Amino acid sequence: MKARARKRLRMNSVWAPLFAIFGALGIGAILLLITGHDPVAAYLALIEGALGGRGGANLISTLQRATPIIGMGLATAVALRAGFLNLGGEGQLVLGALAAALTVLELPFDGPILLPIGLLAGAAAGGLYAWIAFVLQSRFTVPLLISTLLLNYPARYLASYAVAHPWRDVASGMSQTARIPEAAQLPALATGSRLHLGSVLILLLVVVAAWALHRTRVGYEMRMTGLNTDFARYGGIEVQRLGGRVMLTSGALAGLVGAIEVLAVHHRFIDGALTQPLYAWSGLMTALLAGSAPLGVLAAGLLFSGIQTGGFGMERGAGVPRELSRVIQALAILLVAAASQMRLASATETEDQKEDGSNDR
Amino acid sequence: MSEVFGIFDATLVGSIPRFATPLLLAALGGLLCERAGVFNVGLEGLMLTGAFAAVAGSHFSGSPLAGVATAAVAAATMALVMAAFAIRWKGHVIVVGIAINLLASGLTVFLLRVLLDAKGAFRHPDLRGLGALHLPLVDRLPFLGPLISGHSWIVYLSLLLAFSTWGFLFRHAHGLRLRGVGEHPEAATALGVPVGRYQTLALVASGALCGLAGAQLSLGNVTLFVEGMSAGRGWIAVVAVLLGRAHPFGVLAACLVFGAGDAIGFRLQGLRIPSQFTGMLPYLVTLAVLVVLAARRRRR
Repeated sequence: MKARARKRLRMNSVWAPLFAIFGALGIGAILLLITGHDPVAAYLALIEGALGGRGGANLISTLQRATPIIGMGLATAVALRAGFLNLGGEGQLVLGALAAALTVLELPFDGPILLPIGLLAGAAAGGLYAWIAFVLQSRFTVPLLISTLLLNYPARYLASYAVAHPWRDVASGMSQTARIPEAAQLPALATGSRLHLGSVLILLLVVVAAWALHRTRVGYEMRMTGLNTDFARYGGIEVQRLGGRVMLTSGALAGLVGAIEVLAVHHRFIDGALTQPLYAWSGLMTALLAGSAPLGVLAAGLLFSGIQTGGFGMERGAGVPRELSRVIQALAILLVAAASQMRLASATETEDQKEDGSNDR
Repeated sequence: MSEVFGIFDATLVGSIPRFATPLLLAALGGLLCERAGVFNVGLEGLMLTGAFAAVAGSHFSGSPLAGVATAAVAAATMALVMAAFAIRWKGHVIVVGIAINLLASGLTVFLLRVLLDAKGAFRHPDLRGLGALHLPLVDRLPFLGPLISGHSWIVYLSLLLAFSTWGFLFRHAHGLRLRGVGEHPEAATALGVPVGRYQTLALVASGALCGLAGAQLSLGNVTLFVEGMSAGRGWIAVVAVLLGRAHPFGVLAACLVFGAGDAIGFRLQGLRIPSQFTGMLPYLVTLAVLVVLAARRRRR
């Protein structure tokens, strides 16, 4: 009886996320009933808040917010697909954004060349920071999920210090850098539009990642390592080397997302502007929900972005605190963890390392 | 520079226990799970749940003791949810732990608005904290006085719990079985020990301990709740379990070191050092300790 119930919960990569989302919305509805709200009205307001608005304004908001979420989801997914859990997206995102802003502000010349330099600076900063976390794992046996996670805090504080003191925009009096030069800004898709070329770039990267995972040698190595580390090692894959590259790529993507947000949306680095919307954590959740498939991340990113912008509508229209969106997303991850067969090679590896550590007592 | 060394005074020493206590309580919970073969990375979320429930409980009942009880029950319930998903339905324990952290961070801000009608933070003049116990005689000792005396009762309880955890694990039949479950689940099953039940109970106990840890944060160290106020302490507790080799006394030592890092960071805020650098200190200390110990282990 028990065994059958457990077997039935295993679903494939399409049904599991769908089950998780609807399950989470269901539990959310129960929560709404308990707290004295009308779930139907709340969810109608959520849909209106995500897709409606005058001239589809809310849909534009959803698409705009989806860009960093999908980007961070992709950053997490490329590492997770190979079994490496990168919980340091937030730090990599923030440092990438800061590096992009400071590079284009401090370089002594002007011109359109600043734009690619800014993007590269962001990717380099994020990649390096993720690589530090990887070195802590490979050289100093610090579990990757701990090294990546703990490094978020120094990065946040460092960026906060940079714009509170040395690079503070004195004119505005706020914790932010000065405005970046016009030439370094990522252009909008149409004049006056809130959608920008950065979204196109992220979309392109999703397609490239999907292609690379299934059509290149390194993609094959990543998938094999993610499925079974021991088998991959036995098959001749240098897992540690692959891990270094994968973490570098993951951090670089996160840094790039930060650079895009600075160069296309804020046009300066603003303290807390990338951490308060929890982009990195939403990205992590999309990767988990999508089982680290790039195209799945695209779909999950749009969905989570919709739930978040819809949350604002729910608050306006039905008086439900928009924080419910965060609860629904987390519930979906909880449900998908049980419904799908998820594997984390690096995570089990650190557990093995830990066991080695406790055995030599 | 002299003013930097000047901070190593009685005030600093006296603040170490209250910074170490939330870490110790959460780490004792993590240790129990670890011994039962469950890698609990949900300590952060369980602690946050406790911190919120403690404030809500104290606010509505007017009694900090009821607040602490609410915290323990709420966090244990959250841990039960974690056990349901990780053990009953066999979800990946790390993913479930992360999901619990995210759920706690969302649920606490949601309930903060629904129950306490506050955004971001809740403080209230009538909200009652735990208060300090001043031990007679010891109180007047130089240096040792502030170290030992003048803390909330949870601080003393946490020390007692560290010793009882040791007693339970190494001097009690159930503790032996719990370790057996973690070390060799198949053998435990063959001997008729219900593995899942032990793991579930370990998780629930870790929840209650994290609840106490959260109560110490929100009703002991301060008397307010701030969104995300556990601020990575649950993860530092995970590190303490690793460093302490899942032994109560090793974990206690690790938590005292990290608590001292926290205390020094807090104390430095009074000086002219930018708050951002004092803020990152606890995390850098934690990573540095991990690196130094790993490097030493390699040299041997």
